[in-house]
Amino acid sequence: MDTNLIIGIINIILIGTTPLIFAAIGELVVEKSGVLNLGLEGMMLVGAVSAFVTLVLTGNYFFALIISIVSGLLMSGFFAFLVLYLMANQVATGLALTIFGIGISSMIGKNYIGTPIEGMSPYFFIVISIIIVFLIGLFFKRTKMGLIVKAVGESHSSAHSLGFNVIKIRFLSILFGGSMSALAGFYMSICYAPMWQEGMIAGRGWIALALVVFATWKAERILLGAYIFGGVAIMQMNLQAFGIKLPGQFFNMLPYIVTILVLVIISGNKLRIKMSAPSCLSIPFNKNQ
Amino acid sequence: MIKIVPRGNSSKSMFIFAPFLSVIFTLITASIIFFIMGYNPIEAIIIFFYSPISNLYGISELLVKATPLCLIAIGLSFCFKNNLYNIGAEGQLTMGAIFGGGIGIYFYDVSSFLILPAMIIAGAIGGALWAMIPAILKTKFNTNEILTSLMLAYVALLILDYLVVGPWRDPEGFNFPKTRGFGESGRMPVLYQGLRVHFGLIITLILVFISYFIYSKTIFGYQLKVSGYSPRAAKFAGYNKNYLIFSAFAISGAFAGIAGIGEVSGPIGLLYRDISPNYGFTAIIVCFLGRLDPLGIILASLVIALTYLGAEDAQLFLRIPAAVGFVFQGLVLFFLLGTDLLVNFKIKVKEKHGY
Amino acid sequence: MKKQSITLILIAAIIIIGGAFFITSQNELQDTSQSQKKIGFIYIGPPGDHGWTYMHDQGRQYMESELGDSISTTFIENVPENADAVRAIRKLAESGHDLIFTTSFNYMDQTLEVAKDFPDVKFEHATGYKRADNVSTYSSRFYEGRTIIGHIAGKMTKSNTIGYIASFPIPEVIRGINSFYLAASKVNPDVNIKIIWAYTWYDPAKEADAANTLINQGADIIVQHTDTFAPCQAAEKAGVLAFGQASNQEQFCPNAHMTAIEDVWGPYYAERGKAIVDGSWSSIDTWGGMKEGHVVMSPYNKNILPEDIIAEAKAMEASIIDGSLHPFQGPIYNQAGELVIPAGSVADDGMLASMMFYVEGINDSVPQ
Repeated sequence: MDTNLIIGIINIILIGTTPLIFAAIGELVVEKSGVLNLGLEGMMLVGAVSAFVTLVLTGNYFFALIISIVSGLLMSGFFAFLVLYLMANQVATGLALTIFGIGISSMIGKNYIGTPIEGMSPYFFIVISIIIVFLIGLFFKRTKMGLIVKAVGESHSSAHSLGFNVIKIRFLSILFGGSMSALAGFYMSICYAPMWQEGMIAGRGWIALALVVFATWKAERILLGAYIFGGVAIMQMNLQAFGIKLPGQFFNMLPYIVTILVLVIISGNKLRIKMSAPSCLSIPFNKNQ
Repeated sequence: MIKIVPRGNSSKSMFIFAPFLSVIFTLITASIIFFIMGYNPIEAIIIFFYSPISNLYGISELLVKATPLCLIAIGLSFCFKNNLYNIGAEGQLTMGAIFGGGIGIYFYDVSSFLILPAMIIAGAIGGALWAMIPAILKTKFNTNEILTSLMLAYVALLILDYLVVGPWRDPEGFNFPKTRGFGESGRMPVLYQGLRVHFGLIITLILVFISYFIYSKTIFGYQLKVSGYSPRAAKFAGYNKNYLIFSAFAISGAFAGIAGIGEVSGPIGLLYRDISPNYGFTAIIVCFLGRLDPLGIILASLVIALTYLGAEDAQLFLRIPAAVGFVFQGLVLFFLLGTDLLVNFKIKVKEKHGY
Repeated sequence: MKKQSITLILIAAIIIIGGAFFITSQNELQDTSQSQKKIGFIYIGPPGDHGWTYMHDQGRQYMESELGDSISTTFIENVPENADAVRAIRKLAESGHDLIFTTSFNYMDQTLEVAKDFPDVKFEHATGYKRADNVSTYSSRFYEGRTIIGHIAGKMTKSNTIGYIASFPIPEVIRGINSFYLAASKVNPDVNIKIIWAYTWYDPAKEADAANTLINQGADIIVQHTDTFAPCQAAEKAGVLAFGQASNQEQFCPNAHMTAIEDVWGPYYAERGKAIVDGSWSSIDTWGGMKEGHVVMSPYNKNILPEDIIAEAKAMEASIIDGSLHPFQGPIYNQAGELVIPAGSVADDGMLASMMFYVEGINDSVPQ
């Protein structure tokens, strides 16, 4: 193999995994604070379509980015309102958010399918995604605020009795997650494949969810995991192009199976699971209880 | 000023009333949406929610659509009551279709009344086995069942994909990615000539009744409820936690598996890639909307089934994009989760105090 | 303060949702009069996809403009290929449609099931092989177009490596690969074809990944048999050449797009619609190609293609139309070196319809 080929492969992997990294790093913060948001796919779709429609209407990339992130904030704010204030079941609300997002995104984008736009270079966002991952890593390791978020996810009742505002911290975490999902959507429809097609996220929201687990809730490992997930898919394509045909379905299964294995490995060991998974994940908090 | 204060006990009437309220709220929102879109809201509502079931065939179609949703949701209620979030019913449904469908394909040219029962049993086993994986991982390794069951759903879909593209491809089907059709003996009989409503409906009703019986009359049902409501109480009472986990997953997997085989041996008649329009995920909405209660789930499955049919009619007669159905599905659950607040809290209107 | 922000979020959400619906509301209602024949369509995707469904919808519009007031048309989009399809087809049959086109392969059994219950309604199923007294089938010989783009690619490639993005290993796609390769290797014996199966018709990001992978492995021409224009966009960005799929996609990738194989259904739809109007409809199997005007090449891109190649491509079109050129003209050998089509004969339709082997020279194997 010559170096150009390898550089090219790395380039394709970097381009392809960036939406996974954005969505996963957002969800990581949400889960660290003790909330499980299964609505990633829906928020990504809405982020993608609102970015695309804004770009078509205004021709301005910056507006597209802003509107896309606002849409993510709205979707996740709605989720946060339901699960934090109305104490709705997180699993059900997240799934409803995804179904709602599938519906609303295809309605919004109906007249924009196949509208040509000028795409944006992905490299700026690739760099941003890596920076965000390291910043979040530092946030949890070095800052007081990060420790508080972790404490809220670890034991909301202790955090509450220490005087932290559990609801507020979770609300902000969920909003961050929503904006990151929307950013992933923006990247999909503006940089990665500059177009709008219904359902164009094509399951990447669920892969991002798996990625958080695979990374054992550690920010830097999101990068590692994303590059492994993306790398497997791209290597599969490279092998195909070299004439080596393996059943494609088994490659597509790999991220899911590997994630289950990682879960088994970290969960089997009591100490390890304590160190990584937030104990209060998907458990609602009610300060009146 | 409006204030939300907790009730001493959760309100029984609100518990039953909230789902109806959420449907009403959805209808109101729907008419507002239709109005904004420039349609006569009354006409649009009638076309969306009434015209699909205005004749016998439409009612039969509603039942065809509601059957798998109801069956899966009933199964899921065993898990959800015990606070086990099995969200991989789509995978269990697929595995049921694969196991049962495998028999149907293998015996496609055999005529025997045993084939259909064998397929249904195999479907139940397939679904249950697939559901046992997250259960075993949870009990043995303490893994989070939400994540494992979800991941396994995608694995199952890819296995089906592999089978219909590869080894099970119809040898006489010009190499298209589908299996051969099941024989007559491998098809669910229809209940009424000319309609598509099939024997799966009867199976579903029987299983709903059995579930109702389990919940209300057996110790097992009681234990499920207690351990879901208060894990600590269950522990003190000495319930076998693993046993409850295994049985809840096995039941929900088996029900989803039967729903899967009901779908492929009923209206479809063979295996291919897209056997289910996400019934396994939609059933989760049905389960919550139905309050994890057998009767409630029957009603909820009819409501959600109607959103699918209504979306088709709205598209055909009004040119409203079919995606509006998904929007309503999401909304109805949002409203339910929102109105749920009224079960445990009440709204008090207080005089606003000056500062 | 907290409550206010929540209220704000809710109000904003309502405005956004309302706005979204408003945007989508510019659809016209249509009235139907009694004397018109009603013709319905079942679509697998949205009509705006610029791929498969888009071209069927173009065909529908062409039929409307050709037949004017004698017909009216409706369609249902995004109909999944499962038990739901029966209901959608039946709904059209019940609501007084005289002719119904079901435009995806997996509607085959569903179409026949409904047709049995509505003997007076006529059905047309695209790309299938099961017929009945009131069910016709129709498809297009897209492989005729593939032979032309194969010729162009063989001439235009400098690296002698061509990247081919395929969807699923079904006869239609395999046939296209063979037809393409036979023509390309005829004009350029050194040509090497690299194939990636995307296992999807419709995932723009994945299609772009496949295109970039092929370009990275040295392909300077990208051919696709998937539905979105993402591969062509990727080629444009990387500065290599490409062909459009299903429709003329030049607007999305003007510097890469050499030509496209267009699926033109309009003439067929107009013909069948007319047969319904004058009562001459009967069940037939139509497999139309360039001769019938069902497969059309998009305008050749003069900025990319030299004039002599354009002339050759046009000459090939003419020979295909007059029957002097067949993409599968013997002798053709399979990869094992066995003679599958003897010299002096061409592949018959039965062989074409179930083709699952690669021809000699393709350095790859058909996935199982």
